[in-house]
Amino acid sequence: MPATIRADPSMTGARVTATGWGWRHAGRSTPAVSGLDLDIQPGERVLILGPSGAGKSTLMHALAGVLGDDEDGDETGELLVDGQRPSRARGRVGLVLQDPDAQVVLARVGDDVAFGCENLGVPRAEIWPRVTGALAEVGLDLPLRHPTSALSGGQKQRLALAGVLALRPGLVLLDEPTANLDPDGVVEVRDAVLRSVGASGATLVVIEHRVAVWQHVVDRVIVLDPAGGLLADGPTDSVLSAEGERLAAAGVWIPRYPPPRPDRRAGAPAGEVLLAADDLAVGRVPFARKRASVVADNIHLAVRAGQATTISGPNGTGKSTLALTLAGLLAPAGGTVTAAPALAGGLDGAPHRWRSRDLLERIGTVFQDPEHQFLAGSVHDELMIGPRALGLSPAAATERVDGLLHRLRLDHLADANPFTLSGGEKRRLSVATVLATRPRLLVLDEPTFGQDSRTWAELVRLLAELLDTGTAVVAVTHDAEFISALADARLVLAAGPDTQPALPAPLHSPSSPVSPANGGRA
Amino acid sequence: MSIMTPDIRPSLIARVNPVAKLAVALLIGLALMLSIDWVSAAVALALEGLLLAWCGLSARQFWLRTAPVWIAAPFGMLSTVLYGQDSGAVWFSAGIISVTDGSIALGLAIGLRVLAIGIPGIVLLATTDPTDLADGLAQVLRLPARFVLGALAGLRLVGMFIDDWHSLALARRARGVGDGGGLRGRARRFLGLAFALLVLSVRRGSKLATAMEARGFGSDEPRTWARPSVFGLRDALVVVIGVGIAAAAITVAVLAGTWHFVLA
Repeated sequence: MPATIRADPSMTGARVTATGWGWRHAGRSTPAVSGLDLDIQPGERVLILGPSGAGKSTLMHALAGVLGDDEDGDETGELLVDGQRPSRARGRVGLVLQDPDAQVVLARVGDDVAFGCENLGVPRAEIWPRVTGALAEVGLDLPLRHPTSALSGGQKQRLALAGVLALRPGLVLLDEPTANLDPDGVVEVRDAVLRSVGASGATLVVIEHRVAVWQHVVDRVIVLDPAGGLLADGPTDSVLSAEGERLAAAGVWIPRYPPPRPDRRAGAPAGEVLLAADDLAVGRVPFARKRASVVADNIHLAVRAGQATTISGPNGTGKSTLALTLAGLLAPAGGTVTAAPALAGGLDGAPHRWRSRDLLERIGTVFQDPEHQFLAGSVHDELMIGPRALGLSPAAATERVDGLLHRLRLDHLADANPFTLSGGEKRRLSVATVLATRPRLLVLDEPTFGQDSRTWAELVRLLAELLDTGTAVVAVTHDAEFISALADARLVLAAGPDTQPALPAPLHSPSSPVSPANGGRA
Repeated sequence: MSIMTPDIRPSLIARVNPVAKLAVALLIGLALMLSIDWVSAAVALALEGLLLAWCGLSARQFWLRTAPVWIAAPFGMLSTVLYGQDSGAVWFSAGIISVTDGSIALGLAIGLRVLAIGIPGIVLLATTDPTDLADGLAQVLRLPARFVLGALAGLRLVGMFIDDWHSLALARRARGVGDGGGLRGRARRFLGLAFALLVLSVRRGSKLATAMEARGFGSDEPRTWARPSVFGLRDALVVVIGVGIAAAAITVAVLAGTWHFVLA
């Protein structure tokens, strides 16, 4: 890195203290956090763990001073950053959130990083050196005028981090900053964080489900108790050995306690081909254009009944576009996608020409963002949409839906609005809506993104069961564990079209299944 | 290229402070709204035509961007000629349609006005980066930063609407409710999509507001500006040219005796 953020002598890490602190969101009957007592020393690096619903994000928002005022909820006790209420300590605290899209403010990379400095009244002459320094810290080697809309998710996340680093905060808060990144992106962001807090001496507080990423770089682990207060607090190793099993059972990814993997019926013969892609090129049609701009081409693929095919590769290589094309939602930009008679069931072979209703029992798609596919006001109604569109009798539809609600632990949420569910619940619901119509081929886009280990294990077990009953699965994923648990065949896309042909590789071959063969192309 | 980060070809006009361009567009627009006559609009349009040479737009870009006004102008003209207030010699009359000397003059005045008011506005947009415009509004005109930057950040979300709309439509197709039902089904789906987009946008907006707040936006401290928006001699000169065009249009029309003050 040519430029680094130098430690400012006037700047040290911030101290965080909580005394009996709690917060109840307006309109909720139970507090999100209660009875919290904490003392985080300047310069400490802390990982905060806890099952979903333990109030981790609420604590982060409170520390960043963006939780709101009396209208937004009721505060009890006291939470202080450097002895001040966090809303008064803005600029001392920098927050990076999970959703990369929700944090870009301005249209160009340099302007976006400068935004926070401007708000804090940093003189202009000082802003731009800070901006270039912060961009170098996070490894975002792009012109300052580069449009932020052209960044990948991982790049956006590093941009958000740069925006925070440019503020030279005493306290850096990261709320699952790497949940939506590919493995390379995860390491890059983590190292960027460490470089900068190492140089500045800032205090670091991280929330992350995947403990392995931060385990060796934090000094201290704090486990929040959903019932209030703390479950554990201490040095990383001792907390993880004392609480590891309990945390793992609650959905936290602890390296020593990996989630159970399903037994795939070993040696089952590969089923018949359901869908074939031949010399396929994929792309989207840009707004107000006629022709698609190709993002990946030269793709040959055969999707077989009872087999899982995973699609991986760096950000921006057209994985999602390929999945949508295979799912019959986008027309191929070149080449063909052909459904075999076993899948097409009497229809013409090109899925993108099928009617919407005809897709239901043939190809089901689980979108990366579950919120995109929710249509109804309650979980129950959401699940009824597919069966109803199929014309099932109300009794048969209800039976199916009730079975799914139970199987995916959503019964107690049947009347809840889908948008109010937690991340894991939303993911389970989005899978359930697709399973309600029993498609023969399931296409999933990053199904395990940001999921805790419990939801992960449930999802993988469910998919294994479906595979064993002959359903075909195509999944776009970065998740190495998911791939090694389920993949029968892998397709790895490399950057840019017109490079090399992408060919599926049989997984259960002598070569290592997880490391990409021949330089990224399998 | 996108709405937020347009590729602007370097040109004299592109270098002018957006606030000056906005002032020119408003000045000419205002002057031409005071009267409805063909002379003032024709003079303004002719003078604007001279300035177009410095705006850096290629012929293709120019015609593409200004296509809406070239379509709107003849329509406005034609309907005024046919239905507008009649006076003078009658050329043609059938039912409520009548073409007279008066309605032809009025139609010509309307058509030329649409062009003379529309073209500066479009050239302003085509040669201006939205971020620069926001900088100018906040630093030169001293409009409240909270309002200007909030609008700018919101405008970025508009670009995402297109992607969201696309994803929502694909998801509906995947859910089995993406087609069928004839015209009524189509209308219902459109409304459903629009509502879903609204919900999504509100959620995006509130998340963005949180992220902006976390970076110190909306605090009481005085804000600095990373990008200076300077209103210099050249920009003042551009405003003077705008005043000149407006004044010339009015003066010539008054001398020609066509000026017809609408508020009189």
